[in-house]
Amino acid sequence: MPVRTHEPDEHDNAYAELLTDDARWAFGTDFTDPLAGVDTTVPDGVDPATLATYCLMLGDDALVLSQRLAQWCSNAPDLEEDIAFANIALDLLGQARLLLARAAAADPGQVPALPAGSPVPDEDRLAFFRDGPQVRNVRLAEIDDGDFAQAVVRVLLFSAWRLELFTDLVRSRDAVLAAVAAKGVKELTYHRDFAGRWFVVLARGTAESRRRLVAGLEAVWPYRDELFATHGVERAAAQAGVGVDPAGVEARVEAVLDQALGAAGLERPDVRPRSGVQGKAGRDGRHTEALSLLLAEMQSVARAHPEGRW
Amino acid sequence: MSGAMEQVAQQVLERARTAASAVVDPELPVLTLADLGVLRDVTLDDDGVVAVAITPTYSGCPAMATMRDDLVRGLAAAGIEARVRVVLDPAWTTDWITPSGRAALAAAGISPPGPAPRRTGPVPLRLGPPRRAVRCPLCGSADVEVTSEFGSTACKALYRCRVCREPFDHVKEI
Repeated sequence: MPVRTHEPDEHDNAYAELLTDDARWAFGTDFTDPLAGVDTTVPDGVDPATLATYCLMLGDDALVLSQRLAQWCSNAPDLEEDIAFANIALDLLGQARLLLARAAAADPGQVPALPAGSPVPDEDRLAFFRDGPQVRNVRLAEIDDGDFAQAVVRVLLFSAWRLELFTDLVRSRDAVLAAVAAKGVKELTYHRDFAGRWFVVLARGTAESRRRLVAGLEAVWPYRDELFATHGVERAAAQAGVGVDPAGVEARVEAVLDQALGAAGLERPDVRPRSGVQGKAGRDGRHTEALSLLLAEMQSVARAHPEGRW
Repeated sequence: MSGAMEQVAQQVLERARTAASAVVDPELPVLTLADLGVLRDVTLDDDGVVAVAITPTYSGCPAMATMRDDLVRGLAAAGIEARVRVVLDPAWTTDWITPSGRAALAAAGISPPGPAPRRTGPVPLRLGPPRRAVRCPLCGSADVEVTSEFGSTACKALYRCRVCREPFDHVKEI
């Protein structure tokens, strides 16, 4: 038998093609500025730091809940709900990217510093290189899901609240926030209706599904009041005409939740609000333990490779 | 700009528009980006570089980077240097899908969207099943049912035809 020797050719290195600039590789993971070409000038009379922190608050809500919902991937009761949570997570991640990028453009000083030459874009620095005390989400977004019923209750509360915020945010003097809100309204409407239908189905299903829904409602409801507690940054953003005071949407959110509770044959739960620490809560960076575990999982790879190219 | 230069610029712009209009959507390759309503504008920047404006369908649309690269490549193939910008306002609506885009969707077995909901102010909570006038793109029957509110991409829901029993995608109205 003749010995066949191999002439080196371009196929020897299976990874060589991956290192080209061809965006067809790693489809969808290519990082680009989601605000490329968008005018990010801060409106007259608006404090850039206030606008940036306000964007971080709304962005962190979406980022953290997106991560929670992504944890349902391959774990939901059936394939349809698996896809549903993944799709809702994707919409929220898109909102988070725009909001974090808007925060970075408004006030670059709030973007964590990385070693010189690091290719990590601003939105990723904000997502992956801030610790819990700098993360501004409401605690409702971070708590563990427990079971599917509790996840449904959380998405219903969250999307009902965020939809009303965004409905008003459409009139923001900041054109970027107004545009993010206008798009978000459409997405959140779909999320809220989806969760609302499951809320009623579970409440009116079997004794077990109703028991689980009620337990989920009681686990989530203590984080409801925090949604409407106006933080100083939210107040300042509202006064500057760029943000929305969450206290102002409470009545509308209540009406929507009462409609869902009524259809489900349930009352508002009689549970005490989960207090903050010395009056401080998620918007101040005072979180539950659940957030630190979530961040550890979400951030570990990026932090291990602060100069990595993806 | 002199008359002759302006004429050249117009010719470049025309060729750029033609090239950009031919680029297809990476997730729905039966449609062009123009048919989808994602391609918003093709203009000439002050430095003479062609600027293509695109808008995302959904906030989290993972295909934006691929669309951008496909546009840059498509125009480069026509000998034109281009940059791509994102426009967020006004937000994309399925009403922007062109009649030829709708026909291409239906021909590919995907049910095109009905009219998008138009509203201002508070949005009512809908607890009943979604009501859409959907027809099976394969047999034309209106006797169809939702199997999943979310589908393989952010813009689609899953249906099943009760007559021919075939499952199909429906582009959600937004």
